[in-house]
Amino acid sequence: MSLAFDLALCALILGAAGLAVAGRNLFGSVVFYIVYGVLIALAWVSLGAADVALAEAAIGAGVTGVLLIGAWQGMKDAGGLEAEITQSLPVRVLAGLGAAALGGLIGFAILSLPGHEGLTGPVAENQPAVNLGNPVTAVLLSFRAYDTLLETLVLSAALAAVWSLTPAGLWGGIPGPKHTTRPDGVMASFGRLLPPLGLLVAVYLVWAGADQPGGAFQAGTVLAAVWILIVLAGLRDEPRLSSLTLRVIVIAGPLVFLGAALAGALSGLALGYPEGHARTLILIIEYALTLSIAATLALLIAGPARRAP
Amino acid sequence: MMELLAERGSLFALTGAALIALGFYGFIMRRALIRRLIAFNVIGSGIFLLFGGTGYFDDGVDPVPQALIITGIVVALALTAFAAALAVRLAQSGDDEDENAEAGR
Repeated sequence: MSLAFDLALCALILGAAGLAVAGRNLFGSVVFYIVYGVLIALAWVSLGAADVALAEAAIGAGVTGVLLIGAWQGMKDAGGLEAEITQSLPVRVLAGLGAAALGGLIGFAILSLPGHEGLTGPVAENQPAVNLGNPVTAVLLSFRAYDTLLETLVLSAALAAVWSLTPAGLWGGIPGPKHTTRPDGVMASFGRLLPPLGLLVAVYLVWAGADQPGGAFQAGTVLAAVWILIVLAGLRDEPRLSSLTLRVIVIAGPLVFLGAALAGALSGLALGYPEGHARTLILIIEYALTLSIAATLALLIAGPARRAP
Repeated sequence: MMELLAERGSLFALTGAALIALGFYGFIMRRALIRRLIAFNVIGSGIFLLFGGTGYFDDGVDPVPQALIITGIVVALALTAFAAALAVRLAQSGDDEDENAEAGR
């Protein structure tokens, strides 16, 4: 695409970010942040990084946006939304100069970077060894699988941290309020219409992820969105957090991933895949991860228990 | 300068640098916790854009930064979720209630 498009996109990104950070209305800031996330996803499309664009649209704009709206509502209900204070002009000028200096320094560093070849070549050379068509999936689940393994554990740890904020007496209870909607209303209709489509998209994303843009994280996010929609439409209630099935689903992905790493260790290559079986193992890990990521994201959005079990 | 801007990678990397500065300003100057959380996420996506922009070649973005950025997006989300839950819990427990809880322990 043309330079004009990129310039306009960058201007829009900066404008949306400015309104999100500096806007007066807090809810307006959240909305502008979501717009900003979608624009950032467009920037990744323009750069030709479809996998990142999908992740940014689904996770960066979608899930983060839902989380921020939920936090805004929760703080408003509790009467704890802080009024914004306006700093005095000298403080603002000083902070602005500091921030500008930071940005300028980073910009200068970018412009004075030495030329480099990048790692596209080495990845393409080694890709046949794992028999995956999508180089990003090859990096995520083979060449840098260690990062991804720890990342899934970070997600589980974040869920444990969120659950640790459960008020006394509600441990293991049900998160969020019970949603009731008119059975013939718009929300209920969407709740019935969209989940099958969402399921189809999620299955496609994880299925195609091995060889085309997509993968466990993007598919898991779509699955989580399907569940949130079903709950919002009042068709199903959130599960009890003490449910064993639920906890097994949350931890299954990381466990399968760890199991593959241990199996590698037993066959002589710790954190590696046995030769010839890489693709099969990676696909098994991806499918297990998709379910776990979906459950973890949905539970992170639901937050700590608010109703007794 | 115009040549550099015409390079798609540099343009987005520089936008990333500006986003980091903008987010940093918001993070230190605004008081509302949700807005600070937004500022934190703006800094994060600025860093990702910088990373992806400097890893841009004519045939697209280097797959290694792409994979690390996807990892980064998920880790930023994990932090945002925890921070949002903390902020709500903080709002729910007013100051008086906090002191009572401390005294009761």
